[in-house]
Amino acid sequence: MELRILAAPREQQALLDLPWDMPLEQWPEWYLVALPRGISRHVVRFTRLGRNVYALKEIVKPYADREYQMLRDLARLGVPAVQAVGVVSGREAPDGESLDSVLVTRHLQFSLPYRALFARMMRRDTVDRLIDALVVLIARLHLTGFYWGDCSLSNTLFRRDAGAFAAYLVDAETGELHNGLSDGQRAHDLDTARTNIAGEMMDLLAAGQLDESVDPIAVSDQVVERYTALWTELTEWEAFDVNERWRIARRVDRLNELGFDVDELDIVTDIGGRTIRVQPKVVDPGHHSRRLLRLTGIDSQENQARRLLNDLDTYAAVTEQQGEDEEIVANAWVLDSYEPVLRAIPRELRGKLEGPEIFHEVLEHRWYLSENLGRDVGLEEAARDYADTVLRHKPDELAILGGTSAEADTTQPFRITWSDLQ
Amino acid sequence: MATVTFDKATRIYPGTDKPAVDALELAIEDGEFLVLVGPSGCGKSTSLRMLAGLEEVDGGAIRIGERDVTHMPPKDRDIAMVFQNYALYPHMSVADNMGFALKIAGTPKDEIRRRVGDAAKLLDLSEYLDRKPKALSGGQRQRVAMGRAIVREPQVFLMDEPLSNLDAKLRVSTRTQIASLQRRLGITTVYVTHDQVEAMTMGDRVAVLNAGLLQQVDSPLGLYDKPSNVFVAGFIGSPAMNIATFDVKDGRATLGNADVAVPASISAKVAAEGSDTVVLGFRPESLTPASAEEAGGIPVLVDVVEELGSDAYVYGRPAGPAAEEQADRLRSDQIIARVEPRNAPQKGEKINFTVRQGSEHFFSVKTGERLEP
Repeated sequence: MELRILAAPREQQALLDLPWDMPLEQWPEWYLVALPRGISRHVVRFTRLGRNVYALKEIVKPYADREYQMLRDLARLGVPAVQAVGVVSGREAPDGESLDSVLVTRHLQFSLPYRALFARMMRRDTVDRLIDALVVLIARLHLTGFYWGDCSLSNTLFRRDAGAFAAYLVDAETGELHNGLSDGQRAHDLDTARTNIAGEMMDLLAAGQLDESVDPIAVSDQVVERYTALWTELTEWEAFDVNERWRIARRVDRLNELGFDVDELDIVTDIGGRTIRVQPKVVDPGHHSRRLLRLTGIDSQENQARRLLNDLDTYAAVTEQQGEDEEIVANAWVLDSYEPVLRAIPRELRGKLEGPEIFHEVLEHRWYLSENLGRDVGLEEAARDYADTVLRHKPDELAILGGTSAEADTTQPFRITWSDLQ
Repeated sequence: MATVTFDKATRIYPGTDKPAVDALELAIEDGEFLVLVGPSGCGKSTSLRMLAGLEEVDGGAIRIGERDVTHMPPKDRDIAMVFQNYALYPHMSVADNMGFALKIAGTPKDEIRRRVGDAAKLLDLSEYLDRKPKALSGGQRQRVAMGRAIVREPQVFLMDEPLSNLDAKLRVSTRTQIASLQRRLGITTVYVTHDQVEAMTMGDRVAVLNAGLLQQVDSPLGLYDKPSNVFVAGFIGSPAMNIATFDVKDGRATLGNADVAVPASISAKVAAEGSDTVVLGFRPESLTPASAEEAGGIPVLVDVVEELGSDAYVYGRPAGPAAEEQADRLRSDQIIARVEPRNAPQKGEKINFTVRQGSEHFFSVKTGERLEP
């Protein structure tokens, strides 16, 4: 069979140089980047080509093709997921034995596997935030008709989001896209998530990487509770008296607050015209990040956007521009606040965190610094102090380097392959 | 443990008229290993998902034992989807790896210990319960993962193409493992595959589906020996059955110079449906090479010979004077015949085959149903 690389031309070139005639497990170290991996049933390796890090997963061809297509579809639907780059198939060892295909995805910059997060922090509220991010991701996937089939922390990557996290789907192998999901599909997905998360938490606890106060079962129950609450808010019919029409606006506000835009609302009045029933039909996540992008061109996560927009509001008030056109104020804010802060960060430290996240941290830092010094510290001063005293000591998260292959057993959980069968 | 009953269960996807699963009637016995098989889009996975509670049921009912589960949430059905997830947690003991899902479900500690103990005994893992997965061999780890489904002691195991991400060699060894484990456990199992060889080697009984309709459910040998219609005849068996339309006249079925005796009862049935043709099927092993002069032979031009050591198969096409008509009436692209290994004909040779008496399958041209003498 001939080696076939299905990918965009630029990436095809780079991919050509890799030793495809070798099983992924035997690739020499110099091709690889040591990144902590989740629990996977397949061989997964990371490699660096040019400026990008790629994840390679060895898997039978029909599965590779299917997952590639699935990830492309999810990207088209705007779901936060890793980006599929290509499929390499028709691989053959020098002795003629055929090798499984490899699915290539681009490693998500600034993303963190949960095990890397727990290697440094293990506080209860960190766990809560991870769970919140995952719940929002599951709800988003379910809204688009995606049944995950194997939702877990291992199959998710997290990006920092103004003190919280934004979750990305990494593994779509068991996923299915439908026009809509049945209650049974959603319930089963959630049940799988609950079992997997509890298992992953219990494992962290057994490894001493989780605070003793965290109860894995309570955490996994929380997944179900929070999902149910969010799903209800997103999809439930609400009935009220015709005189309470303001409740329509309040429902929309609540959804905005949760980070969703309402594109379509179904409103039904009963025959007597006394009762109104309302159900959001099309909701679109990313309310704040879309608004920030429109106003400033800054691409950010949802909570980061919320934080930056708040600062923008404060800026408008302080500079007495509240009556001004929003776009004009936003432009001024970028020039006066956002860019000076990022410029105050030495170039070599900029790979530590994403821009919006740095800005968020500087805002926090300014608050603490002002309190300690007993005077109002300017943004640029806060930024310089933050760079020296905080950012410099943070690990580089552009591509988080946690585990190494030398300590594979502690950072990489066991993978069981059917070939292990005796 | 329990029986599973599909009682005219129907699934119609929104926006479509044709049911994905059409009034499925199937009674699965307690402890039985039942395989649902068929080409893609036949409704086998949908049927399994209806049983799992993932697909809504638009008509009819599904029962597990005496319980009507038609509209029950998945987790209340007492079923387990097997091999969906077989990652092991490295810092947890083998016992915890097997029992953690029970902990989540709030099962009392003593009960967890008992179930894990029982499963470990069954899987030959008793002496490893306190160890970490790292200390186990690959095969043992695999069994721990299986143990995770077993400790749930579900009434029914559901497996949806669990071997489809394996290469061909592993598929064969793993399917034997699953089948033998299921027999030891005796838990009712419903297994979905598109691979008829997998279906035939694993199932106590096999249900063949096509276009949302149940075609036949029988033991593997029953399906092979008495396919109830043309679809099953063509789908079950590897290599496939040769199927062609023959003319029926004076107690003989003929197609060109191919000539097969037809029992009087079959001729009568053909006549009764106002037809003068019949669909005739014969398996590759029912063809025997004959001398060129022998009457009723089917001359075949050999395209490919597959030598398997214990068997050899000839893949060819009709080659006689009526070759064109024969090829037209053939349901498949080729004629397949099993021949003596080590003495197989060469590519390009012409061989005359006759159909061994009594090994033919007759089907109605009108309905496709099997005609029994």
